[in-house]
Amino acid sequence: MNHFPQAWGRPRDDIYGHYNSSYLQTANPTQHTQSPVVTGTSVVAIKYKDGVVIAADNLASYGSLARFTDVKRLRKFNSSTVLGFGGDVSDMQYLDRLLNDLDVKENYSHADDEASQLSANNLHTYLSKVMYKRRTDFNPLWNHILVAGISSESEPFLASVDLLGTTFSSPSLATGYGAHLAQPIMRKLVPDEEAVKGISKEQAVDVVKECMKVLFYRDARSMDGYSIAVISKEGIEIKENEKLENQSWQFAERIRGYGTQVN
Amino acid sequence: MAGMFAGPQEMMGYSFNTAPTSASEPRQHSFYPYTDNGGSTLGISGADFTIMAGDTRSTSGYSINSRHVPKLFLIGGEGPKNKGARIVLSVVGFAADGDALKEKLDKEVKMYKYQHGKPMTVSACAQRLSHILYNKRFFPYYVHAILGGIDEEGKGALYSYDPVGSYEREQCRAAGAASSLIMPFLDNQVNFKNHHIPGSGEGHDLKPVVATPLPKETVIELVRDAFTSAVERHIEVGDGLQMMILTKDGVEEQLLPLKKD
Amino acid sequence: MFRNNYDNDAITFSPQGRIFQVEYAQEAVKQGSVVVGIVSKTHVVLAALKRNAEELSSYQKKIIPIDSHYGIALAGLASDARVLSNFMKQQSLASRLNYDRAIPLAEITQRIGDRAQKNTQEYGKRPYGVGLLIAGVDARGPHLFEFQPSGVTQEMIASGIGARSQMARTYLERNLDQFEGSGREELVKHALRALKDSLSQDKELTVDNTSIGIAGVGEDFKLYEGAEISSWLETTFENKADDEETAAPETMEVDS
Repeated sequence: MNHFPQAWGRPRDDIYGHYNSSYLQTANPTQHTQSPVVTGTSVVAIKYKDGVVIAADNLASYGSLARFTDVKRLRKFNSSTVLGFGGDVSDMQYLDRLLNDLDVKENYSHADDEASQLSANNLHTYLSKVMYKRRTDFNPLWNHILVAGISSESEPFLASVDLLGTTFSSPSLATGYGAHLAQPIMRKLVPDEEAVKGISKEQAVDVVKECMKVLFYRDARSMDGYSIAVISKEGIEIKENEKLENQSWQFAERIRGYGTQVN
Repeated sequence: MAGMFAGPQEMMGYSFNTAPTSASEPRQHSFYPYTDNGGSTLGISGADFTIMAGDTRSTSGYSINSRHVPKLFLIGGEGPKNKGARIVLSVVGFAADGDALKEKLDKEVKMYKYQHGKPMTVSACAQRLSHILYNKRFFPYYVHAILGGIDEEGKGALYSYDPVGSYEREQCRAAGAASSLIMPFLDNQVNFKNHHIPGSGEGHDLKPVVATPLPKETVIELVRDAFTSAVERHIEVGDGLQMMILTKDGVEEQLLPLKKD
Repeated sequence: MFRNNYDNDAITFSPQGRIFQVEYAQEAVKQGSVVVGIVSKTHVVLAALKRNAEELSSYQKKIIPIDSHYGIALAGLASDARVLSNFMKQQSLASRLNYDRAIPLAEITQRIGDRAQKNTQEYGKRPYGVGLLIAGVDARGPHLFEFQPSGVTQEMIASGIGARSQMARTYLERNLDQFEGSGREELVKHALRALKDSLSQDKELTVDNTSIGIAGVGEDFKLYEGAEISSWLETTFENKADDEETAAPETMEVDS
């Protein structure tokens, strides 16, 4: 007998040989996402008097490689809400499955009517809790999401939630590069909630298309094929294979300081 | 490994260690779970009122997320609109933590009312908030909280907190991005720091002016001045000023514009 | 003497296909004082008769507001009701927190139904000895649900549970057609009349022993007690004397 309680009742090396404990460690330490892998770039959205317009291009990049060119980053949730995902595409697909389960559960418990459906603000609150929980567990879902739709008060609703669980709402919103390039263009049109009431669907669609164009000009991880959705009380119109129109690259001539053109 | 614990008298080895031989490799985390959403808050208590205020800008770095994200929340009222609430919480720092903190406190105050059949006092709520913050001291809510209300004697009550739950009842407190700009102004204008009675002496013999509770109208003016000044000098402060005036009759909310630049 | 061998636990069927403990629990509901609920297109009303154990004691709580959009009325073991109402309160707050939504009444009713059913299928448990009326307004309008110890839940147009509630149900059945179109005040009157029909001869509805809970479209659930209900009691039973005079001969005729 010795003084190591841990040793009591254990096979001794000098009699049984060295004990191979390698099999005891079966799993590696759990790993969490520390950085996104395949990513989508900006999502832009703006409110108008009867609803919300939201758009995102169809590109999924692998670093600087344009890896997948037909990834739909807008997702319809029941008849009142569209979500736009920026950031990690696999996390987007996970959230998509999560929301699908929620939708199935909701339809199962009260299928027959629209009134008790989850509306845009319900969904945004739910997503924000999911995102905040995951960041608190140090296992974030690497996305910045825009939630566009109609609220339970039948008003246009637009809000955002990111990988930290930060939430905010504004007449116009954009994620990623869009926050720098598209937001100023949209804020000119809708500086405050009051201005939203004077904006028609056509105006909103036009400014969103203009923003997508500007982003394509300046964001290297963007593409000219995009999806656009209009959400109003009448329902959701979603077009997933749009192409940017009326591009003008004339401004490029005047850009100095790149490539062969030094001054 | 064998022979690691071989004592001087025996040569016997074991296939395990009594303790780890070296610290495990430090884990590399590129994910940082906090951010600063900017903004500033402020609270001043008077003889029979408390005023809470905060700007409504939300920022990420140099970008403005939104021009209208309130930092003041009614706590423990009836239903989703918190009707009849008599306690106000302001949070500034990491907004997601602020929201989580607000919701936790609100839930607990609502459950208190449901279980005891009477509303929670401000002092009880203040202590509860301290415990909520302290319970998460190893992964803190990254916020500076200020809690305002009317105490059991009808006097204005104001409590301020650090992120891990240290708290204190005070006359006035500024928190957040522009706190270093606002707090000295408040020291001077509310607690009359560096105010002296003229001709009362020379040097150290000068008699300081004793602070007395200010009337409500004066305090409202002070709050507006504090914020309009902070907006000029701090880029994370601006857009709107949300003010809540707490009296024995309830809470009155005001929304005033601030510069948007 | 006869001894029932199938009531030693709450999960064993008798050869006749009955679970006696559940039926005994339903008897506990019948021991509780009567509560009534009626729903119209716009409102839902609960009315309850409170009992005091003795003159010196206070009255037992019969209507509990849970969330701002709904409340419950109970008949049976008040302590069991408290367990259920705490659960409902937590579920309701969680719904507001996680979904920013007032919990739909069908959903909360189903959740307590599922909880009660567990007690009839897991060993070592006992059924709740309480029946509930769940009344309130959600996104789909006003609702009234009934909950029983067996875990059975049903949506109702009108319902009465508790001691002598058959009399109240008889009143409700007779006036069934009027409820749907009734306004707030009419609904309260119907509920009070139904409640009164269940009283024993020597009892009266007073401001002390009556509780009323009302919710409506755009109106949060509120509990009314004491002086707040005096005007309803007065207007509902003001021509009580006339009623009795005209009613008495009729009943006499029927009897004879």
